[in-house]
Order: sequence, then structure tokens, then C-alpha cells
Amino acid sequence: MSVDTHEVHRHPAPTGFIRKYIFSVDHKVIGIQYIMLALAAVIVGMTMSVLMRMNLSWPGTNWPILGTLFPGGAPDGVMTPEFYLSLVTMHGTIMVFFVLTTAPQGGFGNYFLPIQIGAEDMAFPVLNMLSFWVTFVGFIVILAAIFYSGAESTVGPIGGWTGYAPLSALGQIAGPGQGMGMNLWIISIAIFCVGSLLGALNFITTLLNMRTRGMSLMRMPLTCWAWFTTAVLALLSFPVLLGGGILLLLDRVAGTSFFIPGGLYLSGILSGTDERFPLHTGGSPILWQHLFWFFGHPEVYIAILPGMGATSHILATFARKPVFGYRAMVFAIFAIGLLGFFVWGHHMFISGMSPYSAMTFSILTLSIGVPSAVKTFNWLGTLWGARIRFTSAMLFAIGFVSLFVAGGITGLVLGQTSLDLPMHDTYFVTAHFHLVMGVASIFGMFAAIYFWFPKMFGRHMNEKLGKFHFWITFIGVYCIFVPMHTMGIVGMPRRFAQFTEYEFLKTLHPLVVLVTVSAITTVLVQLVFYFNLFWSMFKGKRATDNPWNATTLEWTTATPPPHDNFAGHLPTVYRGPYEFAVPGAPNDFVMQTEPEASRAPFETSGNGHDGHKH
Amino acid sequence: MATTVTSTKSATKDARVGGGPKPPGPNGKGPRGNGWHGDGKRRGFSPAAYRITMWVVLAAVVMMFAALSGTYIFLSLGDQWRPISAPRMFFLSTVVILISSVTFEVARQRLKLENVTGYKRWLVVTLMLGLGFLTTQWLAWKELRSQGVYLASNPHSSFFYLFTGVHGVHIIGGILALLFLVFRFRTHGQLNATRTNASTEVVSRYWHVMDGLWIWLFLLLSVWG
Repeated sequence: MSVDTHEVHRHPAPTGFIRKYIFSVDHKVIGIQYIMLALAAVIVGMTMSVLMRMNLSWPGTNWPILGTLFPGGAPDGVMTPEFYLSLVTMHGTIMVFFVLTTAPQGGFGNYFLPIQIGAEDMAFPVLNMLSFWVTFVGFIVILAAIFYSGAESTVGPIGGWTGYAPLSALGQIAGPGQGMGMNLWIISIAIFCVGSLLGALNFITTLLNMRTRGMSLMRMPLTCWAWFTTAVLALLSFPVLLGGGILLLLDRVAGTSFFIPGGLYLSGILSGTDERFPLHTGGSPILWQHLFWFFGHPEVYIAILPGMGATSHILATFARKPVFGYRAMVFAIFAIGLLGFFVWGHHMFISGMSPYSAMTFSILTLSIGVPSAVKTFNWLGTLWGARIRFTSAMLFAIGFVSLFVAGGITGLVLGQTSLDLPMHDTYFVTAHFHLVMGVASIFGMFAAIYFWFPKMFGRHMNEKLGKFHFWITFIGVYCIFVPMHTMGIVGMPRRFAQFTEYEFLKTLHPLVVLVTVSAITTVLVQLVFYFNLFWSMFKGKRATDNPWNATTLEWTTATPPPHDNFAGHLPTVYRGPYEFAVPGAPNDFVMQTEPEASRAPFETSGNGHDGHKH
Repeated sequence: MATTVTSTKSATKDARVGGGPKPPGPNGKGPRGNGWHGDGKRRGFSPAAYRITMWVVLAAVVMMFAALSGTYIFLSLGDQWRPISAPRMFFLSTVVILISSVTFEVARQRLKLENVTGYKRWLVVTLMLGLGFLTTQWLAWKELRSQGVYLASNPHSSFFYLFTGVHGVHIIGGILALLFLVFRFRTHGQLNATRTNASTEVVSRYWHVMDGLWIWLFLLLSVWG
């Protein structure tokens, strides 16, 4: 066995369809697979949100098609509260795990991290393929939970994406939506954890070990920093969720009591007095919240950090200016990631905790505002005085900044214990995290797809449709989520199927309808995006190798990149990633591979190339 | 089976596939970027990738056990906690896994001395001790069951099964890795020194961390409460 016959890094370009597009070990194909998975999952998630909105605005309406599709969940076409609650659960779970975690990190990270650091593939290509297919199995299992939820009246388990114990730990006895569907939900999350961990360790190893010559850490594009930090967050937080998931599953199937306290009285039965509800003792439901949110808060940054990276990258490119304060941006990414591990308690203020811990969590939470503000002001500094090229990608990147500020500022409100207590579980919280975690991350991804589409598919997306998509989506999401803040302040609770019973919420009904109409409009506009995406793959304007006059390594190679990214000759990097508008340079951008003018081009052939004989 | 490990060092120097001197960076400030250096050479096996990945894997494993340990400590402070004394078999399993770490180091020592037979022999000994450890854990389960302590009896008893079970799964992973080392050693007559060294190193690191984790879990189960 010699070294040469057992290559780790170089694999020949596959020829068969299955090896090329399905079980591919090429990070670019895997990246696109992740993006496709997210594009499929987001349709499910969006459909569910539209159904929820319709039920909230017009409760009790007969939707004949619902009655046909879900005779149990919507008898006579009228949605039951259980049906609504299972929609909440599945919408949250699918969106958080299979859209916001897969597309930014697994999708774009997989495709562009190796190219941007000048590597020919990920460090472990087969592992990379595995991580995608494990994630895919997780998705199949969560879809199975829709159909085998164990209760006729639901489309999945009931528990929110947080699956709070003890109800989630007790099984069928706890009511509809707590049967088989909950088991499948936990199993799906556990599978997803494994897939993400495999991906994360590949990302970390690739970035640390496979940077090309001259690509020092501080010459990496900010996208790479974001993906790297995200991978570290995933690496340290998913094992905790996996551990928690194992305990929850044991509680459900093996009769343990990790999250179930003693003396529980449920559905008219005292624990231990009936064979349907065996004796439980000594567990703690709060414990599940700790485990879940120790993962859950970093997960928020797993969703948004790649969007921050892409935004920085795209803002600099279209502002034709270097990123303002590159070093500060890097430290801000790391600070956000680090602080993200010490603030999980702010999700639990209302669960009961010592005022001292609450204060500590509160202060740490507010301190995340500092690196976030560093990033925001640096983005504004990048835009300041620039001749901005308003492409669709740029619009979405600017939209990201706007949404990040609008959604993040309410984080400072909710991070304070005294304000969180009345606001908890109201629409204020829903509005906050949808703006900052959901929509802002998605805007980052939209910016990324409009920006990198030419490189990925060799064609441009239609700019006119792109701008139309941007403006309607941008206005739409504000029309959805700004009124929600008002509702939350009035006291409208989350996760209620309808509000017809509450006199004080009746005046809010026009707002509820406005939100629904905006939501449906925004969802419909996404069809334009889908059309643009798939139409442009085949019919779009052909792209050159560097259509945006950008500087980083992905723009030095062919469009679309060859199987080994750089056609057998990896680039050498001589400079930082954002050298736009360099005084004295012939163009307004200097590629990372361009040698310094004062130096002779680096010897790339002959004796000197390996560095031994210099 | 005439296997020879030629050397542990020189292989890296000639091919510059991981260790060895690095070319100066384009900015003249010494090595920058420890990746491939753009000369069209085939990139070979990278021991650094294995080492980094193993540390990363161990970080994830330790995080999971930290979460489970945190759960244990959290629940042990509750008033419904009923401590159970640890099965005596745990002392034996602790001794077994400690010895297995030592034998693994002996195997690595043999590899360093290029004593291939010794290396293989001690790897097999480690493997056997690993299986022995799993057996003692299983016997501990039997001991618990004979005392009427089951998985669902109360939180403390659940943790006995949970910790040993989850840790045991990780030990099985280590045993598979050991099998891989021994098995690959058999099939490929001509061994590549770098590759063997790196794989042995990362597997031993994993094994020692699992050893340490068991000591921690053992102390948690028997001393803490």
C-alpha cells in the first residue's frame, strides 16, 4: 500500500449519473444538494405558515380542500386547534433545522468554503457525502412524523420546535400529538445532529488544514470566518441536543424519568396509579429547557452567521470598497459565537430562576449587542460614500442589514428580565425571532444565491425579476412582522389557534388580517424566485468567470468550477480578500492572486516551487 | 506478513505531504497557510487533517458527556434522588480500561522502535482489554439487575445504564478503529509509515480520552452521589 494509490484528497471526476449527481463526493454537488433540500423543505414550511395565518385570520372558515386532505385534522374543512398546533411544531422544526441550518452552512458553506480558501475539495469528501445523506434521512423522518403522528387530528407532533417536557416526555397519555409523531420528531432531530456534526468537523479540518499557499487566516474572506465559527458552534452545541434527545426518547420509550417529576397528575390520572401512566419520580422538566436552549441559542447564530459573512462579502463587492474594519469584523463574529454559549437562560426567565442568574444572563445577552453593533456600523462604514451597484444580490444584502437591525433591536428589549416577563410567549417574541433569525438569515441566503449563481451555474439570474422579488419580499416581511410587535405588546399570546374568545384582542383583528394578506403575498412572490432560479439555470444570460469584478478565489477559476476547482493548479494568495479601489492600481479591484506590483511574480515552476532551494 | 515499517520520519520529509519544512509564504514571512502550495503536485495523505479531526471529534464527544454529566449533577440535587451504591464490577472495569491505555502506549512505543510484530501484538492486547472492559460493564448491568435496579427504577439507576451504555457505544467505536488498525496492517504488506503513525496516534488519543471519560463517569456515579 503506497501513498499514491490511496489518495485522500483527489478523486477522479465521476462519470456515471449516480456518482456525479446523487452520491457525489464533490463538495460543489453536495452544496447544491443541501440547497435543494432547503428549497424543498422551505416549501413545506411556508405552506404550513400560510395555513396557520389563514386559521388565525378567519377561524372557523370551511376550507374544503383541507377537509379532503386531512379529514381528521380538519373535519368539514374547519381546522382543529390540534391541527394548528402541530402546524406550529412542524413549521418551526422544518424551518429551523432543514432550512436555516442546511442552506447557509451545508449549502453555500460546502460549495464556497473550499474554493475560497483555495482547496480542491473538503478534507474528507466521503464524510461530506455522508453528512448530506444523514441530513436527508433526518428530513425523511420528519416528513414521516407528519403522516404517522399517532393522532388522527394532527399533522405531526404537538410541542413547538422546542418540544418542552414533561408533556413531550410522557407519550400518548399527554394528549393528541404526543404519540409516535413525537418519537419520530426526536429521532429526526437526533439524526440531524449527527449529520451536522459530521459536516462541522469537515468544515473545521478543511479550513485549518487545506488553505492554499499564502492564504493566512487574516486573508480569508469573511464568509470563511463565518462558516468556520458556525461550524465550531454546531460542533459544541449539537452534542448537547443529541444528549438531551437521547434522554427524552428514553423517557418516552424506556420509562425513565429524566424530565418527568414525581407525583404528576395528568388527564385525570396520577402517575403510578394506572398502567397507562407508570410511576415516574425524580426528574426535572426545567432540565430539558436547559439542555435544549444550551443548543437552541447557538443554533440561532448557526442560522445567521453565514448570512452575516455573505452580507459582508457582497456589500464590499458592490460598494467597490474594502470591508470597513476587517479585523473587527472577524473578532465580532467570534465574540457573537462565544457569547452565544452563555445566554441560553434568557429563554427561560419565566420558567423560574434565581434573580441573580437571571441578571447574569440578562447582562450577557445585552452584551451581544456590542459585537452586533460593531458589525452593523462596519457594514454602514463599508457603504459610506460608496458608488453602490444596486444588483439584486446587493439589495438583499442591504435588506439583511436592515432586518438584522430591526429584529436585533427588540432582542435588547426581550433580553431584560423585567420586560421579558410580560412579553414572554406573546407575538412580540415571534416577531423578534422571525425578523432576526428567520427572515434576516433568508435574506442573507437570497443575497448569496443571486451573487454566486453565475459561478455555480454559469448563468445569471434575471435581475428584473430579482429586484421585483426583493422589493415585494422586503416590504412584505415588514408588513408581516412589524404589526406582530404591536400585537405582542397588547398581549396576544403565541401558539393559540384562534383569538375569538378574547374580548381585548378583538380590536386587533384588522392587524391579524393585514399580516395574513402580507404573508400570502410574500409567499406568492417566492414563486417568482423559484421560477427565476430554475429558468435561469438553463436560459439565463451566460456569465463570465468574474462577472462582478470581485477579488476572492472563487472568481479566479472557471465558471462553473471544474471538478477539482482549479483545474489541477491551486492558486497562490498574495493579499487580503477585499482590495477594492486600491490607489494606483489599474483596476478598481485587485484579485487575491495578483502578486504585489513591486515584487517579481512568484516562481511557480522549476526548482524553487517547493520552497526547498530558495 | 513480512511487513516493514521503514521509518517514521523520513517519509514526510521527501514528499512534503504534511510535516517537513514548509515553503516561505509569498509575503516572505515564513510558512503561511499549511495547505497545498499551488505547484500542481498531488496532495497526499495529511496527518494534520487526521489530528485536527480527532481533536474536533473529541470536543464534540466531551460536550455530549458534559451535558449528560450536568444532567446527573442537576438531578442529584433534587429531593427525590435516591442514591444507589455502584456495582463492584465497576472497579474491575476501571482497572481493565486503565491497563488498556498502558498497552496502547506500549504498542505505540513498539511502532516507534519499528518493531512491527510487537506493535501488532500489543494492539491485539489492547483490543482484547477493550472487549474485556465491555464484558465487565455488561456484568455490572447483570449485577444491578440482580439487585433489582433497573433502567427505569429511579433517576440514579437510569444514569448507571445511560452512562455505561453511551460510553460503551463510544468504546465500540474505539474497538472498530483498533480492528481497522490491525486489519489494515494485515492486508497491506508494504506499510506506509506516515499513515500508520498518524492513524495509531489519533486512535490512541481517542482511546485515552474514553479512558479518562470513564474514570470521570465512575467517580460521578460512585463518589458524587
